[in-house]
Amino acid sequence: MNAILTIEHYAKTFHLHERDLNIPSASQVNLSVYPGKLTALIGPTGAGKSSVLKGVYRTYLPSAGRMLYRTADGGTIDLAQADEHRMLELRQTEIGFVTQFLHCLPRKSALDVVAEPLVARGMAREAARGRAADLLAQLDVPAHLWHVPPATFSGGEKQRVNLARGLIAQPRLLLLDEPTASLDPATTERVVMHLERMKDSGIAMLAIFHHPELVRRLADSVVELSPPIPIVEPAEETL
Amino acid sequence: MSNRILSVRGLSRIHGEQCPLCISSTGPAHDTNICPHCGSVVAAHDVNFDLYRGEILGIIGESGSGKSSTVKTLYFDEAPTAGSANFYDGDAAYDMFALNAAQQRSLRNKRFGMVYQNPHLGLNFQISAGGNIAERLLMSDLKHYGEIRTRAGDLLVRTEVARARMDQNPKTFSGGMQQRVQIAKALATQPPLLFLDEVTTGLDLSVQAAILDLILEIQHELGTAMIVVTHDLGVIRLLAGRTLVMKHGRVIESGLTDQILEDPQHAYTQRLVASAL
Repeated sequence: MNAILTIEHYAKTFHLHERDLNIPSASQVNLSVYPGKLTALIGPTGAGKSSVLKGVYRTYLPSAGRMLYRTADGGTIDLAQADEHRMLELRQTEIGFVTQFLHCLPRKSALDVVAEPLVARGMAREAARGRAADLLAQLDVPAHLWHVPPATFSGGEKQRVNLARGLIAQPRLLLLDEPTASLDPATTERVVMHLERMKDSGIAMLAIFHHPELVRRLADSVVELSPPIPIVEPAEETL
Repeated sequence: MSNRILSVRGLSRIHGEQCPLCISSTGPAHDTNICPHCGSVVAAHDVNFDLYRGEILGIIGESGSGKSSTVKTLYFDEAPTAGSANFYDGDAAYDMFALNAAQQRSLRNKRFGMVYQNPHLGLNFQISAGGNIAERLLMSDLKHYGEIRTRAGDLLVRTEVARARMDQNPKTFSGGMQQRVQIAKALATQPPLLFLDEVTTGLDLSVQAAILDLILEIQHELGTAMIVVTHDLGVIRLLAGRTLVMKHGRVIESGLTDQILEDPQHAYTQRLVASAL
């Protein structure tokens, strides 16, 4: 089967002008992600796992490499070079990202926060709310919270809302950055089952999991990253 | 049909007589927008961007960066010194700065909306809140008194101002409510393009959040394209998909908003993001 995403020689280095410093965050990352399969990124803190996900989503501008993504219409696009409007379109329709943190407007109800990606794709609000309610129930968010803005929720409840929002839209490629980090075992189990169902439906995933156990259960392939080697400053090189 | 609604190229706005050295002696590299040779103020120079239908573009920068000058020229509040802007409205395309005054007024009254930081610029404080909205409805060829009244009331309700306050003068309203009336007025003609200039600056935090929510709801409902000018990174984060960063009259960087906030490229943007609370 053809890969939906192929990353070749991805590298990311931050340049801090204030201190005239280059900070490498990832280098020489090569991997592929396939429809219906999960590729897990592992490695120690600072190895650049999140940096890869953010590069794919273009929250970071890649410093080097290609990220070839096969679009729904069969074309191939290098996400590292893609036009910003094209990138926004892909985020709305094809590429989803679930992070550990929930950013949302203060007075929107949990139900509307979760339904939002479907509404943005043109689904009628009531239908989208129905789907959101199903998913919140699956993730065990108590029904009396559905009509309340998530700002006052506990960390675990917020993360469930965040997950529900990330999972509802059924993207073609789903990026997951420790989606279960602050969940209890029972909810984690529900999330795992949900991710398995999503995989079965053909969704490709690139994921970082806190627990090795989850990697073992969900990953079809594992890519180990090691921290990038600090770049030797030109001044030192000439010595 | 292209998705573009607005295409801005080489837009410049210089106050003063201008000399040949104005451009080369100003900008972020010179840490000023005032020409040391002739004293002209280069408010904005060589601004380029495309805005798509239903998109929210943020322009961020400190005072004097040129962000307000940019939208003021696009709303025909000020004439540009150079550059072009094309507005694509359905099948029609307008070379905005080549239009005569009457044509510009027509676009401004019917197809654009503007919400200013200072409600005194956007509202007439001599007449009622409903009257302010009616004024704009009249300009867009709605003539029936009852219809105008109903529509003005609906717009106020949509922006969360009680219909009962329609006949009151906006000077008796709170700052947040005045902004809501401004938004209602701007939306009266259902313009495809809306300019928002520091609309939440100076409001209480809770009021700010409610106004930002309202703006996003409107964008969802009506698909209005917007240019949001602000110095507040939080506003950009919540509203804008893409952002331009301006300093001393120049666009120093542009990108997806989350990229600007998490991976800023320019030294100034890095300082701005690092110093945000």
